[in-house]
Amino acid sequence: MTSLAPGNSDTETRDVVSTAAVAHAGHDHGGEHADARLFGLATFLVADGMTFAGFFAAYLTFRAVNPLPPGSNYELELVLPAINTMLLLVSSYTFHRAGRGLLRGDGPACRLWLLLTAALGAAFLAGQMVEYFHLPFGLTDNLFASTFYALTGFHGLHVTLGVICILIVWWQCRSGGRVAASTPFGLEAAELYWHFVDGIWVILFGILYLL
Amino acid sequence: MTLASPTDFQPQGEPPASSPGGLQPDGWLRYLSFSLDHKVIGLQYLVCGFFFYFLGGALAGVIRTELASPISDFVSRETYNEVLTLHGTVMIFLWIVPVVNGAFGNYLIPFYVGARDMAFPRLNAVAFWLIPPAGLLLITSYFVQGGAAQSGWTAYPPLSITTPALGQVLWILSVLLLGGSSIFGGINFIATILKLRRPGLKMMQLPMYCWAMLGTSILVVLSTPVLAGTLILLSFDIIAHTGFFNPALGGNVVVYQHLFWFYSHPAVYIMVLPAFGLVSEILPIHARKPLFGYTTMVYSIMGIVVLGLVVWAHHMFTSGTPPWMRLFFTIATSFIAVPTGIKFFNWLATLWGGKIALNSAMLFACAFIVNFVFGGITGVALAQVPFDIHVHDTYFVVAHFHYIVYGGTVFVIFSSVYHWYPKFTGRMLNEHLGRFHFLLTFIGFNLCFAPQHWLGLNGMPRRVAEYDPSFATWNQVSSVGALLMAISSLPFLINILVSAYRGEIAGDNPWRALTPEWLTTSPPPVENWIGEAPLVTHPYGYGSAQDQIDLGAATGRDLWGGPGL
Ligand SMILES: [Cu+2]
Repeated sequence: MTSLAPGNSDTETRDVVSTAAVAHAGHDHGGEHADARLFGLATFLVADGMTFAGFFAAYLTFRAVNPLPPGSNYELELVLPAINTMLLLVSSYTFHRAGRGLLRGDGPACRLWLLLTAALGAAFLAGQMVEYFHLPFGLTDNLFASTFYALTGFHGLHVTLGVICILIVWWQCRSGGRVAASTPFGLEAAELYWHFVDGIWVILFGILYLL
Repeated sequence: MTLASPTDFQPQGEPPASSPGGLQPDGWLRYLSFSLDHKVIGLQYLVCGFFFYFLGGALAGVIRTELASPISDFVSRETYNEVLTLHGTVMIFLWIVPVVNGAFGNYLIPFYVGARDMAFPRLNAVAFWLIPPAGLLLITSYFVQGGAAQSGWTAYPPLSITTPALGQVLWILSVLLLGGSSIFGGINFIATILKLRRPGLKMMQLPMYCWAMLGTSILVVLSTPVLAGTLILLSFDIIAHTGFFNPALGGNVVVYQHLFWFYSHPAVYIMVLPAFGLVSEILPIHARKPLFGYTTMVYSIMGIVVLGLVVWAHHMFTSGTPPWMRLFFTIATSFIAVPTGIKFFNWLATLWGGKIALNSAMLFACAFIVNFVFGGITGVALAQVPFDIHVHDTYFVVAHFHYIVYGGTVFVIFSSVYHWYPKFTGRMLNEHLGRFHFLLTFIGFNLCFAPQHWLGLNGMPRRVAEYDPSFATWNQVSSVGALLMAISSLPFLINILVSAYRGEIAGDNPWRALTPEWLTTSPPPVENWIGEAPLVTHPYGYGSAQDQIDLGAATGRDLWGGPGL
């Protein structure tokens, strides 16, 4: 083994640079690593989760130290949000079934489960709208009202984006589309995102409605 | 197994037929394009950053001119507030963070991990191209009705709710774009370092800048979103008149401070950890010695990441924090001195007994060590509640902060430009101009900021255009220092512009360095290496072999006994 000597004895040393004959690890410049993409999405979801964590921390602190003006302690209606929670939890399961269908090579079943998931998500959003219209407070009424709308609204935005993503994946899952059993990235990414949005809702439901 | 030597990098085999990534312009036009090449993006960050550095510097010039006399005579008080807000925002979000992360990170990290590009080239280009519109938005906010934001870079409510709304909303929009850019960059660095390493390259063989960028990116991903969420709530307070942070509507300003500093304390590490990494690359090369204490360096970076996330309330000792909080945050903050001190002594030990080449890059790097340790000491002082309460919101804090970000990070940026310019352009910078630049900067910087410690200790408040006439003398000294700093950019600018055409040809590896970016042509080819990427397992293998001790395998006898005992 010879050593790298950049023209001067003071740098003579052990195996410093060796161009080992390892198989080319190359990837197409501009193309993106398949395995790094899901990892990248997961990292993004950590960041997104931190946004929610900031909101949750703000909400809990407000609750602990900022008393509301008299007469504004609302009992939130629980039935509709509880049904909504069930819808989202079931939709996580249906998405999981869609993923299994795709990997099995059962395209039609996959697309059916995807449609069902999107429908559940849309139903959740509709339920949220119904709740908004029946609440006894508006955005600027007091601190609790503002925080309530900010938290549920930000989450609702995520659900809306999720439903759009599911519909896109549904389209890409058609036979000959981008997403197939051998190239499942689109579906896996949407599924990871959807589970994340559901998880956030469970926490949100816990601290906003139950606490 | 084939072995490379620095003369072996002449193209072997066919160069890539066309530039990858589809239709990409060639020549200088590619620096204005949506290029996917990490080296182009890195230089885009660098040049764009320097543009904003000179803009922020001009704003600092306005501040120091105003403060040269105790009365408000140069600009109006409102303009002064706008200028100091823009100065802070431009320097932090458009200069230091993008340059020390985006510019050098994008240029160097793919080389260091042995990859041909970042993990997500498109996301990378998007992250850069968020910056110019954000900067433009900030500049235009000066000309809108009511003027730019006046509430400082912290945008504390209720001040930020009561000052002219339009400028403040544009400020928020701009910072949100820059935060998004920073998060996309962070995701890309984490994925590149963890997932794109060349086969056979272990984490503990990576150059130290990779570890610094990994730690920084973890901080970016964890803390920047919290700032984004907080600023969205603040914009609701301004636009929709909600009361999250408005006490008049039942809101809570201290919650804003907590959320703001949950980002903005780690932001200091987002600005300075990459500088630690860069200086750890530069010192061994110009001292011809291995980086001392590689493993401890890695652990102290990660220690700073963890501790950096739990010290934010040391900015809030005067905000009615309860005693237990004061105690906790004082102790946690003081603890950061331990990993930082380890790094400091590692750098000194790297220099110790080395064949030091005191060129411009090394002068700036060594001055960084001096300035940074001073800023670090005042930082530990500021962590102590009684002292902090005495100097809170005075020029002492301004002085401390500038010793960290200017004396620390900006000195490293200059050092890095002198060090990597030959790689960027294939030409050397002029040493005489470089040393002249260093001398002016070092004297000007210390003249500008050292007197501010005294001013702060004696109670001169920051962020006001007028002050007690008894502070006049030291303010004038400080302004002279600022003038020297402004003049110091002239030799630098002349140097980088003229050397691009007239500079001495550098060759591929003018520093005889061993890190991977030097083991290719200068400037490097589009995909970094013609042929296989080199596997660099000892990026710091300088000095003669018998003088080296492998710390990982050494016993106590090797370390303390020595061959002569
Ligand atoms: Cu801090």
